[in-house]
Amino acid sequence: MNEIKPLLEALIFVSPTPLGLKKIMEVVEDSFPKKEIEAALALLIKEYENPERGLYLQEVADGFQFRTKPRFSEWIKRLKKVTPARLSRAALETLAIVAYKQPVTRGEMEHLRGVEVDGIVRTLLEKNLIRIVGRKEIPGRPILYGTTQHFLELFELKNLSALPSLEEIKALNADLSENEADSTIQADE
Amino acid sequence: MDYNVKLDIFEGPLDLLIHLIRKNEMDIYDIPIAVITEQYLEYLELMKELNINIAGNFLVMAATLIHIKSRMLLPRPPEDEEEEDPRMELTRPLLEYLQLKEAAEQLKLRPLLFRDVFTRDFLAKEMEEKEPGVIRVGLFELMDAVRKILLERKEEPFVALPSPLVPIENKMEEILLKLKQMGRILLDELLPAQVSRSALILAFLALLELAKQQKIVIYQEIQGGNILIYDFLPPATIT
Repeated sequence: MNEIKPLLEALIFVSPTPLGLKKIMEVVEDSFPKKEIEAALALLIKEYENPERGLYLQEVADGFQFRTKPRFSEWIKRLKKVTPARLSRAALETLAIVAYKQPVTRGEMEHLRGVEVDGIVRTLLEKNLIRIVGRKEIPGRPILYGTTQHFLELFELKNLSALPSLEEIKALNADLSENEADSTIQADE
Repeated sequence: MDYNVKLDIFEGPLDLLIHLIRKNEMDIYDIPIAVITEQYLEYLELMKELNINIAGNFLVMAATLIHIKSRMLLPRPPEDEEEEDPRMELTRPLLEYLQLKEAAEQLKLRPLLFRDVFTRDFLAKEMEEKEPGVIRVGLFELMDAVRKILLERKEEPFVALPSPLVPIENKMEEILLKLKQMGRILLDELLPAQVSRSALILAFLALLELAKQQKIVIYQEIQGGNILIYDFLPPATIT
């Protein structure tokens, strides 16, 4: 019997952050070939799709992680009593700009949104959703921002290319919701 | 005319324009510039009456609108058929803005961690496998550390030769290069490795300059603990 699948399950279970293939290879060394590991991961993902399971195995931030199925969110919130940290609409829009246009300067964000983003950028930095990635080689050498690993984890993205492309997003689809209310997103504090 | 004023607070001029375009069911590719300019200015008037502080960018947009309107009035020279519709100056940023708003909406629809889905909780201690919880270092902690290193340093007897002046930029580059290779540097490794007292001080000044330029960040494991230098942010930051 091949031990690789249950071993992977165990490794992912104890890993505090999404467990990458590279890390798995480091752990198992030559005990299992990479191909076998990949096949076992795919199988494991499939097995957890079973509705009998409360967890699913998700590839996120270039690693694998067990997450609770969304339909149990209300129950889990009762258990954990989390206080919601909010991302305002403005913050979410600014975050979208960074996600899609990175590396991007504050000036470029302000140009796109038509408003100052000073405070929002600071909030996003504090929430560890964006980070400084360098400086743009133009006069004044403004700081360039990009998204963090935590951003990928929060929005369940495998990597940045997992974002739907801007072309896919139909900007003018019939009715852009007029709902200007703040979205409630709980960022991990 | 009966006006029912419902004042939404618009974050910026683009939000206001989108509101007006939607309200009037205008075609974004064929914006009636005179109408929208008029309504936009009315709105600014209203904001003024209500004592709402009008941000400068609202005024810049007003000027842009009026400028476009005036250009629309000018007869266009026939040979200049190629010339772009002046309204594109408005349409383009609006489209781009709408696209990003939609992208933000899409983000919101994703299975969000701690809202829709949850992972196991790990104690903060476990979270950073190798990197312990770190705190930002103040200038005084940094100076204390440097003072300690300077005091501990035994000056080797040496013959003072006029040493060539190393520009601080070189030292900065050197530190950045080292960071790139090692990911992070301990202050206690970096400074004592310097050949002379003046080189040590130069390295310290280079660190300060790099921190000021936000090319590096300087953290401490625990209060009074080791001082670590990273390029950009360490994996987990406790502030």
